[in-house]
Amino acid sequence: MGVLKVFKSLVIDSLDTITKGSKKYHIWMGFLTLVMLIGMYCYSIQLDEGLSVTGMTDRVSWGLYISNFTFLVGVAAAAVMLVMPTYVLKDIDFKQAVLIGEGLAVAALIMCLAFVVADMGGPSVLWHMIPGIGVFNFPASMLTWDVIVLNGYLFINITIPLYILFRHYQGKEAKKKVYVPGAVLSVFWAVGIHLVTAFLYQGLQARPFWNNALLGPRFLASAFAAGPALIILVLAVIRSFTAFKIPDKTIKKIAMIVTVAAQINLIMLVSELFKEFYAPTHHSESAYYLFFGLHGKDALLPWIWTAIPMNVIATIILTFGKFRNKLKVLYFCCFLLFVAIWIEKGFGLIVPGFIPGPYGKIAEYLPTGIEIGVTLGIWALGAFVFTILAKTAIGIELGELRYKPK
Amino acid sequence: MSDNKKWYTLDLGLNKKKSTSSSCGCGNSQGSCTSQAQQTKEEELSADEFYERAVNAAIGDERKKDGFEQVFDVKMDRRDAFKKLTASLLIGAGAVSSCTSITKDSDSKEKAQIDWEEQFKGNYKLMTDDEKKSTVDRLMRSYELRTGKNINMSSKNAEEDVLFGYAFNISKCQGYMNCVSACVEENNQDRNSQMQYIRIHEMDDGKGFNFNEADDNYYHEVPAEGHFYMGTQCFHCDNPPCVDVCPVQATWKEEDGLVVIDYDWCVGCRYCMAACPYDGRRFNWSKPEVPENEVNKNQHYLGNRMRKKGVMEKCTFCVQRSRKGKNPACVEACPTGARIFGNLLDPKSTIRWVLENKKVFRLKEDLGTEPKFWYFMD
Repeated sequence: MGVLKVFKSLVIDSLDTITKGSKKYHIWMGFLTLVMLIGMYCYSIQLDEGLSVTGMTDRVSWGLYISNFTFLVGVAAAAVMLVMPTYVLKDIDFKQAVLIGEGLAVAALIMCLAFVVADMGGPSVLWHMIPGIGVFNFPASMLTWDVIVLNGYLFINITIPLYILFRHYQGKEAKKKVYVPGAVLSVFWAVGIHLVTAFLYQGLQARPFWNNALLGPRFLASAFAAGPALIILVLAVIRSFTAFKIPDKTIKKIAMIVTVAAQINLIMLVSELFKEFYAPTHHSESAYYLFFGLHGKDALLPWIWTAIPMNVIATIILTFGKFRNKLKVLYFCCFLLFVAIWIEKGFGLIVPGFIPGPYGKIAEYLPTGIEIGVTLGIWALGAFVFTILAKTAIGIELGELRYKPK
Repeated sequence: MSDNKKWYTLDLGLNKKKSTSSSCGCGNSQGSCTSQAQQTKEEELSADEFYERAVNAAIGDERKKDGFEQVFDVKMDRRDAFKKLTASLLIGAGAVSSCTSITKDSDSKEKAQIDWEEQFKGNYKLMTDDEKKSTVDRLMRSYELRTGKNINMSSKNAEEDVLFGYAFNISKCQGYMNCVSACVEENNQDRNSQMQYIRIHEMDDGKGFNFNEADDNYYHEVPAEGHFYMGTQCFHCDNPPCVDVCPVQATWKEEDGLVVIDYDWCVGCRYCMAACPYDGRRFNWSKPEVPENEVNKNQHYLGNRMRKKGVMEKCTFCVQRSRKGKNPACVEACPTGARIFGNLLDPKSTIRWVLENKKVFRLKEDLGTEPKFWYFMD
C-alpha cells in the first residue's frame, strides 16, 4: 500500500530531523530530558509511598496537579482561536501559525492527561475508567464527559495537522473537503473542552466558590487570553531560531485576539469581585481567604496579588494599539498575562475552593518538593513533545522534508 | 441494586444475569446454605475445564514435553503448568510486589492466583451474589495466606424494608469522643494518619451553631465550661452528590440507604471528596496500617475490611454490624445516649419516635442532599 510506505518514510524522516540540530537544540532537549527524569524519579517516590508525599490532605484534596490540569485545558482550547480564522473564515495570515497552535494543543492535552494520572491514587486500576472494559459513569459524572472531550480533542488535533503535513510531505496540496469539516468540528469541540472542565467544578454545590454561573464563561475568556499569548511567545522563539517565516501581521492579529479576550476576562473579574465583596455572604469566605486571608491564614495572598496587577497592567497596555504593535512590548505583556492567568486559573481557583472546608475549617495547602518535581517534569514533557512536533512540522512546511519515491 | 443501566458496558461475561432474589430458597441470606455451596463447586469445576481447554489450546500435544518441564525439570500436571504460566506472566507484569518466591510453593502460587483475580475483578455493585461471595472468599483466603490468621468477611446484601437513619441529641453530647475511638477500632482505620470518620465540633455557648469558630480538634478535659458539642460524619444522603460525580461508579447508595464504596474499584481521583458538602469522606494518602492484634476480624466487603493506599473510604454506619441488626460502634460506645440509630421504615423504632416527637433538623438542607442524619435537642 502506497500510503503506508509514504507514512513509514515520514516517520523515518521525522526521526532523522528531530535527532539532528544545532548545539542549542541539543542542549534544550538534553535539559528537558533531565527535568523529565527528575520528574519521573519524584513520581516513583509518590507511587511508592502514596500521595502523602504531596502537600494535599483530607482538607485540601486537590492541589498543584489539578491546578495545572485546569489551566492547560485552557491552553489546549486556545488553538481554536487560530483554527477558526484560518480554516473557517479563510484568513490566510494564520496558515503558518495554525500548525504551531495545534501542536501546542496536542502538547497541552498530553500534559493534561499526565497531570490527571499523576493525581490519581490508583493509576494501576485506571482501566476501570475505560468505556466498555470498566464502568464508565456516563452521563452522570462530569469527569467522564471530560475524558471524552479531552481525548476527542486530542484525536482531532492530531489528525488534522497530520493529514495536512502528510499531503505537504508528498508535495501535494491538502484537500479542503477533507480537513475543513474537522476544523469546524474542532472549533465547537474546543469550547466544549473548557466548558466541560469548568462544569467539573461548577456543578459542586458543596463548594460555593466554584458553584458560580460565571465560572465556565470566565474559563473561556481567560483561556483565549492565555493560550494565544503562549502561542505568540512560541512563534517569537520559532521566528528567531528557525527559517520558518511568520509575518508580523500574523502575530499582530493574534495579539488582537489576546487583547479582546483579556478585556472580557477583566470585566468578568470585576463582576465576580463585586458579587463577592459588595454584599458578602457566608459563601464569600473563600474569596476573602484568597484576596485578604482569613483568621490570619494568608498563604495565597502573595500569589493572587502578583496575578491581579500583572493581569490588569498587561490588559491595559495591550488595549492601546500603539503599544501592542511594538513587538517587544507585546511579548512582555503576553508573558505577564500567561503567568497571571496560570496563577489565577490554577492555584487561585482550585485551592480556595477547599478553604474554608465544609465546616469552616481553614487548613492551608503548600505543595511539597516532590509535587513540584513531578509538575516540572510534566511541563518538560509537554515542551519536549511540542518541540518534536514543531520541528517536524516546520521541516515539512519549509520543504526540507519531502517524500522521495525510490 | 441497579434497575436501569445508565452506563455503557461491553458484556465480557462479568455481568451475568443475577438471580432475582438476594437470598436463596432455604431462606438463609448469609450465603452458608448448601445449595449455594454446590453452585460454587460447580463454578470451580467449570474453571478447571477452562484451564484444561486453555492449556490444550496453548500447548496441545506437546504438553508432555513442554517448555516449562524442560526448564524446571519437574513433573507437573497441565493445570499447574498453566498456573505457573500465569505466575510468570505476573512477574513480567509486575503485578505482585513479592514475586521472588512465586514458583516456590503452592501457597505463593495460590496467592499469585488470588492477586491476579483480584486485580482484574469487576465492580462489586454489578456483581451477582455468587461473584460477591467468591471475591469475599478470595479475600479471606488471601488474608490467611499472608498472615496465617483467619478473618470473617461478609457480603451480606441489604435487607428488604430497611432504611437506616441516625439522630444526634445535641443536648446530651459531652464531647467525650468515645464514639471516635470506637469507630477507629471497629473500622480498622489507619493508625498512622489518625484517620477519623467522626468529627466532634466544640462550639461556644451563646453563639449558636457557629461551625466557623468551632474546634474539631480539641485536646482537653470535657465537657469544657461554656461549650456544647456536635458530631458530624457521613450523613448517608438520600440524594448523595458524591455518588453522581464518581467516574467509575465505585461509590453508590445501597437499598438500605447506606452510601458505600468498593475500595477495589476506586481509582482515587477524589472527585467525591470535593463534591461532599459534609466533610464525610476520607482518602488513604499512604498505606493504611493497623497493628495485627488490633485488627477487627469481623468484616464486611463494603465496610471495615482492610483498605489499600490511594482509595477513598468513609463511614458506612458500620455495615458489618448494622446489617446484622446491631447498632454502629459509635452508637454503642456513646456513654451519654446522644446517638440514636435505627430503621426508618419501622414505625416502632426509636429513630422514628425521635423524628415524630422532637424538633429535628439537618445540616445544609438548602443543598437538596436529603441527609438521613437528624439533629435534635431535649
